[in-house]
Amino acid sequence: MKSPSAIPEGVRVEVSGLSKSFNGSPVLKSIDLEIHPGEIFVIMGPSGSGKSVLLKQIIGLDSPDAGTILIEGEPVTSRTLLNRVRLAMVFQSGALLNSLTVGENVGLFLTEHRLKPKAEIDRIVAEKLALVGLQGMESRLPVDLSGGMKKRVAIARALAIEPQLLLYDEPTSELDPVMAVTIGEEILSLSQRMGLTSIVVSHDRDLAFGIADRIALMHEGSILSVGTPAETRASRNPIVQQFLNAKLKRENN
Amino acid sequence: MFQSIGEILILFWKTICSFRVILAQRRKILEQLFEIGNASLLMACILSMFIGGVLALQSGPVLAERGLSTYIGGLVGLSVCKELAPVMMAVFIAGRIGSAMAAEIGSMRVYQEIDALRTMNIDPVEYLVLPRLLAISIALPLLVVFAILVGWLGGAMVSASNGQIGVPFQAYFGHLREMVEVHDVANGVIKSFFFAVVIGVVSCHQGLQTFGGPRAIGRSVTKAVVNSIVLILILDYFLTRLLLALGI
Ligand SMILES: Nc1ncnc2c1ncn2[C@@H]1O[C@H](COP(=O)(O)OP(=O)(O)O)[C@@H](O)[C@H]1O
Ligand SMILES: [Mg+2]
Repeated sequence: MKSPSAIPEGVRVEVSGLSKSFNGSPVLKSIDLEIHPGEIFVIMGPSGSGKSVLLKQIIGLDSPDAGTILIEGEPVTSRTLLNRVRLAMVFQSGALLNSLTVGENVGLFLTEHRLKPKAEIDRIVAEKLALVGLQGMESRLPVDLSGGMKKRVAIARALAIEPQLLLYDEPTSELDPVMAVTIGEEILSLSQRMGLTSIVVSHDRDLAFGIADRIALMHEGSILSVGTPAETRASRNPIVQQFLNAKLKRENN
Repeated sequence: MFQSIGEILILFWKTICSFRVILAQRRKILEQLFEIGNASLLMACILSMFIGGVLALQSGPVLAERGLSTYIGGLVGLSVCKELAPVMMAVFIAGRIGSAMAAEIGSMRVYQEIDALRTMNIDPVEYLVLPRLLAISIALPLLVVFAILVGWLGGAMVSASNGQIGVPFQAYFGHLREMVEVHDVANGVIKSFFFAVVIGVVSCHQGLQTFGGPRAIGRSVTKAVVNSIVLILILDYFLTRLLLALGI
């Protein structure tokens, strides 16, 4: 078994034939995706189309009804995978531990796995908080933060893990436009600096077309199209066009 | 129901298997211990004072009528340490601490905090269940020792001050010492240890089982408390039989 540093760069994710239903109603319908090491892969789609469910499947929080998810060729459900590959997810709601302070939340992974001495962890926590514009907030409690601040702490917490695969669920919802751009730039520079693989679920068209290497469009549990931003824009699929244009109209209002 | 019992046993087994991280989790175990003590000590004191008191009040006059009032010390002493202190404290702790465990873990479930832990490769059993289970298994037996002493005192105070009973402190404790032996106290304390394990595992399991919105947390809390109490009372009967057979 390799140590977590054995694969310093982004990992490959292969999803094939993935299906999932809840109470008899299908939410994911035989999804096939291949996400290349180091790329930023954006999944767009109307709400309720199954994006969050798909992310949870990819990171192994829930088991599929059918199909497989391989990360670096190993099933995500295998017990040894998490010892080999570092994963992180920024949840839609932030999912900070409410009983811990902001600083403890950001340093949680390093503290629990005893990866660094305390002073070093404090330094990393301060650095990651500064990165999301929350310097000096270590001792605050999550209940005292706004939704957008929680989201930024969640991003800082994910960054502190120095993951090889980072999943973002709606990273810029609840953020003001300036912060949204900052976070978008951060996603971009992280993937360039560390070569990690990023999967971003977002409604934010500016973000998607600004950072994506490839975009997948999801609709009612299926993938309608996968391609570069230019290819997606040029898609002749009416539902794809409807989705992109509907967003445009709303933004013009 | 059988599925729940199976799941509870599996959770218990997983917790036992995670004992190797006790040292790493010692700070959380201490925190939990402190929280349990803080939340329950005063209430336990008041409860056991009145339990001992009412026991003396009920049985004292009956004994006095038959000229047996000196027996009150032994009667209260034995009932409190073998049955009332362990069971009442367990029921109280199920309501006070078991409910808090189910609510806390349940809300962590609902607000995806547990999912976040899992993505960080932090085992919720090691991180959440182990410290709570250990803390309650240490705290409840200690609390029962304390409750036994306070319960005896409550009985003594009523026996001395109630005109119909009129047994002074010295006579009360004299007879109590004659009747109650160390193994009788041990009997109650041993039982309370098993009750603590039941409360801890049932409440953590119920918390981890929480699914849905915030209303599901309330449901989990109710279930955790009710199931704990039912299991405690059933287990009490069988443990008592077992301890009798073993001569403890
Ligand atoms: N645990 C669950 N149990 C039942 N239904 C679920 C569950 N999780 C998601 N769903 C359903 O799956 C569908 C897709 O949800 P989701 O992936 O959250 O959508 P979105 O694309 O907006 O993120 C929704 O209709 C939702 O009600
Ligand atoms: Mg979603």
